[in-house]
Amino acid sequence: MAEPALSVELEQGAPIPLAARFECGEGELLALVGPSGSGKTTILRAIAGLIRPAAGRVRANGAVWVDEHTYVPPQGRRVGLVFQHYALFPHLTASGNVQAALPPTLPREMRASIAGELLEFVRLGGLEDRLPRQLSGGQQQRVALARALARDPQVLLLDEPFSAVDQVTRRRLQRELAQMRQRLKIPIVLVTHDLEEAATLADRMVVLHHGRTLQSGPPFDVLARPQSVEIARLVDYRNLFTGRVVAHEAGCTRLAWLDHVLEAPLAEAFAAGSEVSWGILPAHCVLHRRDRPSRGEHENPVAGVIGEFLPFGENAAITLHVGGRQDVELHFSVPTHVAARNGLRAGVEAGVSLLREGIHLMPHDRVDPAARPR
Amino acid sequence: MDWTAFTLSLKLAAATALLLLPLAVGLGHALAWRKFRGKSALEAIVALPLVLPPTVLGYYLLVTFAPTSAFGQLYQQLVGATLAFSFEGLLVASVIANLPFAVQPVQRGFEAIAPEVREAAWLCGMSRLRALWKIELPLAWPGLLTAAVLTFAHTLGEFGVVLMVGGNIPGETRTVAIAIYDRAQALDERAAGVMAATLLVLSFVAISLVYWLDRVRRRHG
Repeated sequence: MAEPALSVELEQGAPIPLAARFECGEGELLALVGPSGSGKTTILRAIAGLIRPAAGRVRANGAVWVDEHTYVPPQGRRVGLVFQHYALFPHLTASGNVQAALPPTLPREMRASIAGELLEFVRLGGLEDRLPRQLSGGQQQRVALARALARDPQVLLLDEPFSAVDQVTRRRLQRELAQMRQRLKIPIVLVTHDLEEAATLADRMVVLHHGRTLQSGPPFDVLARPQSVEIARLVDYRNLFTGRVVAHEAGCTRLAWLDHVLEAPLAEAFAAGSEVSWGILPAHCVLHRRDRPSRGEHENPVAGVIGEFLPFGENAAITLHVGGRQDVELHFSVPTHVAARNGLRAGVEAGVSLLREGIHLMPHDRVDPAARPR
Repeated sequence: MDWTAFTLSLKLAAATALLLLPLAVGLGHALAWRKFRGKSALEAIVALPLVLPPTVLGYYLLVTFAPTSAFGQLYQQLVGATLAFSFEGLLVASVIANLPFAVQPVQRGFEAIAPEVREAAWLCGMSRLRALWKIELPLAWPGLLTAAVLTFAHTLGEFGVVLMVGGNIPGETRTVAIAIYDRAQALDERAAGVMAATLLVLSFVAISLVYWLDRVRRRHG
C-alpha cells in the first residue's frame, strides 16, 4: 500500500501529554474530536511545526518533518493552518494577507493576481482591498483559508475554524468547505469539539482524550459503535448499562439486564457468563405506540415510567426509568405530535423496544451515571 | 537663550534615540517573546534607571570612565581620548539612563501582538527576521514611536547624570538643562526663564504625543 499523504505519531509526557497516532490520505478530511484540553490543538501545532514533540514522527508526502534526528521548522513545511481566530495580519488588506504567503521572489503583479484568484476561490472577489477589521467573521475566515492555500500546502490544518462565527454563517461555511474540499487533493485535518460537525464533514474521525488517540474510523461507525465506555462517553453516548452475557445462540448473543433477557447481535468475543457494558443509541429505541401497536413490539420490549419529558422543538426528549427504577435511565426521543397523541408526560408508563441491531456491547467498565461527563 | 547648549541638547537627544532604538527593538523583542534564564534580572536592570538617583548612575559611570579604571584605559588605548567630560561619554551615559524609556514601550508594543499572528507569519514561509520586518514592526510601530519620543524628551531634560559625567563644558557637555542651572546660579533670571519655558513646552508636546500614540495603538489593537 502506498504511504499515506500524512502520517503522524506523537509521544510526550509534558507539558501536554500526547500519545497520538493517525494517518490521513490525499483528499481525505480527518476530524480530530475530543473535549477541551484533549490535545487536539497541540497535535495540530506539532504537525505545523509550531511545537516540537518530545518523540514521534510526522511525515508528509514521504518527507520527514519530525523524527528523532529531524525537525523542519514551520517555514520549511508547506503547511496551511487556519487558526481558530484566524490570526490575520491586521495591517494588511485581504489581498496583502494572501500575498504574504506567496514567495517574495514572485513579481509583484503576479502575486497580486494569484491572491485575487485565491480570494475568488473562497468567494471573496471584490473585497481584495479591505482590511481584516472591515470584514465580517465569516469573510475573515475565508481570507485565512485563502492565505493557508496560498502556500500551496501539502497539508491543510483547520483549528476549530467555525467556532468564532454565528450559526447561520457556520452552516454556510461548512457547506462551502464540503464543496471546496472536492477540489483540494491534499490531506485536511479538522479539529473540532462538535461531533455533529465531524460527522457531517469528515471522512474519518479520530477520538482523542488526554492526548491519546482512542478510536478512529468513519464517523458513523465511531458514533454508533464506540470500542469502550470511555469513548462512548466522549461521543455523547448516553444510554450505557451493565449486563451479563447469557449465551451465544441462534445467531445472536443473549444478554441479561435487570429482569430482561435481551437479544443482541452476535458478539462471541464476550464469553458467556461475563459482565459487559452495553449501550444503545436513542434512534434504536422505538416507542410502543398506543395509537398504532405493531409487531415490532416483540423485539426486546422493556417498560418503565417516564421521568423527564422535555419538548424540544419538533422532538420531545424522554427519560424512561426502566422497571420504575430511578437509577436506570433510558434516553430517547419521539416527534412531539406522537408524544401528544400517546399522552406522554412525566409520570406516565410507557414501553419501548430496544432494536436488536442497535445493541452494542463493550468491555465491562464502571457505568456510573454520576461519573458521566456533563 | 544659550543656543549652543540648546543645539547640543537636541544633538544629544537625537543621537541617543537613534542609538537606542535598535537596541530597544532587540531587548524589547527578547523580553516580550523569549523565555530565558535571568529574564527577570534583565528586566530589572533595564528598569533600574527609573528608580536610581541620576547622581548614583552618574557616579558609577564616572568611575567606569576614569582613565584609572580598566574600561577607561582600554577606551583610551583604542580611541586616544577619555569618555569622562566629553560628548561621547555623555551619549553613553544618556543611552544607559534612557534604557527603560525606550525598551519598555517597545516591549509593550510587541506584547500586544497576538502570538498566533507571529506564528501565522512563519507558516506563510517568512523567516523570523522577515516576520519581524513585515509583520511585527509595522504592528508595534506606536510602541517604537513612543520609545523615540520619550527618549528624546527625557534626554532633553536629563540633569543629574549629565552633570556628573559631563560637567559643564560649553559646546561639549553643557546641555540646556545644565545651562538653566548655570544661569539661575548666576541670577540671570531672564535667560533661565526663557530656556525653562522652552523645555516645558517641548516636554508637554512630547508627552501629549505619547498619550495620543497610546490611543492610536489601542484603537488598532
